[in-house]
Amino acid sequence: MELTTVWFILIAVLWTGYFVLEGFDFGVGMLMPVLGRGGDEHGEVRKRLLLNTIGPVWDGNEVWLLTAGGATFAAFPHWYATMFSGLYLPLLIILVALIVRALGFDYRGKVDDPTWRKRWDIAIFLGSAVPALLWGVALTNVVMGLPINADKEYTGNLFTLLNPVGLLGGLTTVALFLTHGAIYIALKTDGDVRHEARQLSIKVGAVAAVLAVILLVTINVSTGSAASWAAAAVAAVALLAGLFAAFRQREGWAFVGTFVAIGAAVATLFLALFPNVMTSTTNASFSLTTTNASSTAYTLTIMTWVAAIFTPVVLLYTSWTYWTFRKRISAHHIPVTSVGIPSSGAGTLS
Amino acid sequence: MDAVDIARWQFAIVTVYHYFFVPVTIGLSVIVAGFETAWLRNRNPEMLRLTKFFGKLFTINFALGLVTGIVQEFQFGMNWSDYSRFVGDIFGAPLAIEALLAFFLESTFLGLWIFGWDKLPPKLHAACMWLVAVGTLLSAYFILAANSWMQHPVGYRFNPATGRAELNDFVAVLTNKVQLVTFPHTITSAYMVGGAFVMAVGLWHLRKPGVGTNAGMYRKATRIGAWFTLVAALGVVVSGDLQGKIMTEVQPMKMAAAEALYNSEASNAPFSLFTVGSLDGSQEKFSVKVPGLLSFLATGRFDGSVEGINEIKATYEKQYGADTMNSSAQSRVFSKSYTPTIPLTYWTFRIMIGLGMVGALIAIAVLWYTRGDRIPRHRLWLWAVLATPLLPLFANSFGWIFTEAGRQPWLVFGVMTTATGVSPNVSAGEVWTSLITLTLLYAVLAVIETKLLLRFIAAGAPEFEEPVDPADRDENAPLVFAY
Repeated sequence: MELTTVWFILIAVLWTGYFVLEGFDFGVGMLMPVLGRGGDEHGEVRKRLLLNTIGPVWDGNEVWLLTAGGATFAAFPHWYATMFSGLYLPLLIILVALIVRALGFDYRGKVDDPTWRKRWDIAIFLGSAVPALLWGVALTNVVMGLPINADKEYTGNLFTLLNPVGLLGGLTTVALFLTHGAIYIALKTDGDVRHEARQLSIKVGAVAAVLAVILLVTINVSTGSAASWAAAAVAAVALLAGLFAAFRQREGWAFVGTFVAIGAAVATLFLALFPNVMTSTTNASFSLTTTNASSTAYTLTIMTWVAAIFTPVVLLYTSWTYWTFRKRISAHHIPVTSVGIPSSGAGTLS
Repeated sequence: MDAVDIARWQFAIVTVYHYFFVPVTIGLSVIVAGFETAWLRNRNPEMLRLTKFFGKLFTINFALGLVTGIVQEFQFGMNWSDYSRFVGDIFGAPLAIEALLAFFLESTFLGLWIFGWDKLPPKLHAACMWLVAVGTLLSAYFILAANSWMQHPVGYRFNPATGRAELNDFVAVLTNKVQLVTFPHTITSAYMVGGAFVMAVGLWHLRKPGVGTNAGMYRKATRIGAWFTLVAALGVVVSGDLQGKIMTEVQPMKMAAAEALYNSEASNAPFSLFTVGSLDGSQEKFSVKVPGLLSFLATGRFDGSVEGINEIKATYEKQYGADTMNSSAQSRVFSKSYTPTIPLTYWTFRIMIGLGMVGALIAIAVLWYTRGDRIPRHRLWLWAVLATPLLPLFANSFGWIFTEAGRQPWLVFGVMTTATGVSPNVSAGEVWTSLITLTLLYAVLAVIETKLLLRFIAAGAPEFEEPVDPADRDENAPLVFAY
């Protein structure tokens, strides 16, 4: 296999890893107002329960995005340059969202003040919902094609992206991540929250299934290959199987289902895109491909060695983290206050 | 301002801001890991309390460093797409490797450290923070390799067919002689910040009237921080001296600009401590000079010769052409001048050195005045407490501003000028939007971050609690740490 193809696959794997992992923590963030409802003490415990399901892992999940970005830069500089400069404003919005979301996780429990927490709750919700939507819009547009000129430059604007298929892509990722997040919560908690989350996952999952089928069929009709049709079929079957498992109260299998479904859906997009990396709607010959956008064979060879050696190491310790925090948590595991929080009044330097 | 200027302002603002958190992370990770290891070795409760105390401050700082780091990776493609296309074959690899080797390591093991107090055996728990510290070093190595390549491009050739720079020797990029001096200089500077932070926080608590039985613990923190600062400062001086010589060799203009030396000096070039008046070389100005010092900084000999801005400029104009767009040649050059902004390089160079030196002197004073069971009571010490973490921190900032501004007009030295690197399809309005958005957001976050840090510093080290062995823990007990 050519190295450019290898790297296309690796980058697809990194994006897939990003969406199957960060997908559930986006879902948890978006479900905070629903499953963590209530401004009283009870609601606060529920919110903290939800946050603590993803506490130890969301940061590692986000690194998949950084690695995908870095790998795209290294292996396909033109892809990186065209995509990141072309999707300028959506990426800016995503950056702001990811910033406030991460700080929300880390800072919301550090001051014992309802107003403080409420503000960070909004940050966590928007910081999860906005990227969930915009990544779907962006990726769908990349696969369906964008106006790109002979110099590999994007010539559209923000509104070019807000076309019906692009928006459908965004809604699909939101629905899929909500389902994935709800099932993750059902898998990681015990008590009321667990049961509510599971029931919710089936309802949202049904919507996600309809949206995903329409989206993947639309994309495959437009630019699909035999492989991308097959991946779409896997996605559909896995999602339905996952929802059935949720219905049967088998949360572990349900999570496997949504995990595979999101993975296969992302794979569908990349298989439909291949061998292009950015499709030009202006003129097919202006499209960026794995060949004309790539780095040299020398750079790709070095990167292949690095990836071959270190990716297994990363996967190993990532799995170990998930193993370490494998136990379900319930309301009685949540300590009264976050440890070490300064009581009000102590917080003055004089 | 055109799109180039706005993109440069944005890069400067978000990078300097990001770099407020980076040195604290690099420096504190190793100190916190050291405290925890000390606790495991001699079971002194104070060490566990210090571990938890500074560990908490570490995580508050890390969060903002992490999120502002994402902007760093994205903005090469967003604002500097032509640069990304031109150098991606070389520059992208260290970035990708940094993410794969360092970011995963830091994020995963910090998560384990924060949430793993009641899950991991104690030694493994301490090992997690050591791995975070290793992660920060790996991260620094690869990103500095990328930056050093911009200062002194090696291991590549220009390919006329593809119109870009292409890698042909990755080892040369990783062992670039600029990199080999920049890495130790950057790391020791960061350790100075971490040490000064611990010293200042310790000293503030030590001087508090109600310190009582905690005096011993805070004295330890203060003195460990001070020693750390001092040893790191020694490393900064040595590595900085080596760096000056390499810089003079590969970027003579930067050294000339650091002194605003317009005309070459055959020997005994003086170094001015400060100057009153303009720095455009047009007139004699009042300045305090140390004879021969510039020669020494640049060459290692007091009688060494140092080239001046005018001579170097003439050489560059001959080499790269004057006032022309010269993209057909082996480089992308478009610049009206080969001289960086002299007052900027002149002053940032001095401020960097000055702040670092004052920081080191305070560390010495702290060691002296906290010896035995002394507690420095004079009111002026409060100012020292406030200033100590900031002095080396700002020295870091000014060092970066110096080295990046001193490279101008080049983006990649001798190969590509800054004006040719921006995204051609991104409008000035879009860059303005992101500049204003990020600046306002960062300003708000700076206030929140400072407030949080001060609250947690003021709260002091948590009381000692004997840790329960994870193996003996009640499964239904509340988590030791939870959001």
